[in-house]
Amino acid sequence: MREIAYDDIVKAVKNMVIHTATNLPEDALKKLKEAHEKEKSPVARKVLEQLLENAEIARTEKRPLCQDTGLAVYFVKVGQDVHVTGGTLTDAINKGTEEGYIEGYLRASTCDCFTRANLKDVIGYNLPAVIHYDIVEGDKIEIEYAAKGGGSENVSRARVLAPAQGPQGVIDFVKEVISEAGPNPCPPIIVGVGIGGTFEKAAISSKYALFREAGKPNPDPAVAEFEKELLYELNKLGIGAMGMGGTETVLAVHVEKNPCHIASLPVSVNVQCHSSRHNHVTL
Amino acid sequence: MSQVHYLTTPLTDEDIMNLKAGDIVYLSGTIFTARDAAHKRLVDLIENKEELPFQLDGAVIYFVGPTPPKPGEPIGSAGPTTSYRMDSYSPTLIKHGLKGMIGKGKRNQAVKDACKEYKAVYFGATGGAGALLGKLIKEAKVIAYEELGPEAIRMLKVENFPVTVINDAYGRDLYEEGRKQYEVKD
Repeated sequence: MREIAYDDIVKAVKNMVIHTATNLPEDALKKLKEAHEKEKSPVARKVLEQLLENAEIARTEKRPLCQDTGLAVYFVKVGQDVHVTGGTLTDAINKGTEEGYIEGYLRASTCDCFTRANLKDVIGYNLPAVIHYDIVEGDKIEIEYAAKGGGSENVSRARVLAPAQGPQGVIDFVKEVISEAGPNPCPPIIVGVGIGGTFEKAAISSKYALFREAGKPNPDPAVAEFEKELLYELNKLGIGAMGMGGTETVLAVHVEKNPCHIASLPVSVNVQCHSSRHNHVTL
Repeated sequence: MSQVHYLTTPLTDEDIMNLKAGDIVYLSGTIFTARDAAHKRLVDLIENKEELPFQLDGAVIYFVGPTPPKPGEPIGSAGPTTSYRMDSYSPTLIKHGLKGMIGKGKRNQAVKDACKEYKAVYFGATGGAGALLGKLIKEAKVIAYEELGPEAIRMLKVENFPVTVINDAYGRDLYEEGRKQYEVKD
């Protein structure tokens, strides 16, 4: 049994949180540059220029890319031959999140969902983190992280379709969600689509789809083809950067497909703004 | 064709009537921050005929909840938040003299109607450009509701703060017009 110390996890998470707030990952940056080259609307091109300049300022001056520094979301793969010493893994991830958000001068954005009171002095600074676990083979812990903003979460939707609606029903639903969202989620966006499973499995899959390298196709060729079709359909909407009209609305579509019940076809659409701040660390 | 304007707050009716959807405006002077919670309090004050923490006449409100400032800096990152959450409050403020709002995302018909009736505009700033926009804020001071943290009302001094006219005082909407221009119909 390999042992990993609580304090080492706290430190790794903290460093990842601070770094990610000011450094737009390469994949997102590359997609923004491509969009800037392809965009036909001069107004939208100007917005994309601002976004590239913003990324440069954030990186060189260590300022958060966006004032919405997100809720901290993690997907964690825990090797079954690992033992965490000195505390629990969940506590360590939360502690690292809190320290990172404080030391990085990031925003505490968690609140009570009814009273709306900020929870920084109740539960902890920007706590609790949202953590999804999977137990895997091996003796390592892989922690994938995203700082997930509120604007793009607010337009995300899930629906259970009738099986007869099939793939076309999925396309229609995703188009409906993105069309209705318009300028609100800070386009150009990345669209995560979770299909199949149960209601909550579809939602979690759509979130995990956003953790994939932007534009990397699903390994299943049929699903990859479906992603291409969706990307083409969504960019026909004409929403453009910040919704001011344009040809580049969606930077990438990532689809995750799961087996589902014979009676259902669950679909979830999770939207990621252009500031796709994600990262990972393996311990 | 979109025009470029350089304006200093407070804004006048004449300033407003010169602005058309799609125009780019570089704003300088004093602007005020407020999000949902602060808006609710401002509207309550108006309804109770009590004094507001700042002069609403000609004012511009920026919908923003900045990150904490680093030592020696006036403010952290400060891009716009999604505006629809302020839709139920904005018409009351516009009726009482508010001339400009800066945010991102769609407004409802009541806000657009108020802009037309009382001469006001809704500006869009680039969401997710918080590092760039925060740098253009030269001074920041909490003037009310400090207990709201990021949602407190701040008085900001800005210089050439770049915004785009989304909803003008003529009832036009850049989101609708821009999208129509690039939409591909089957």
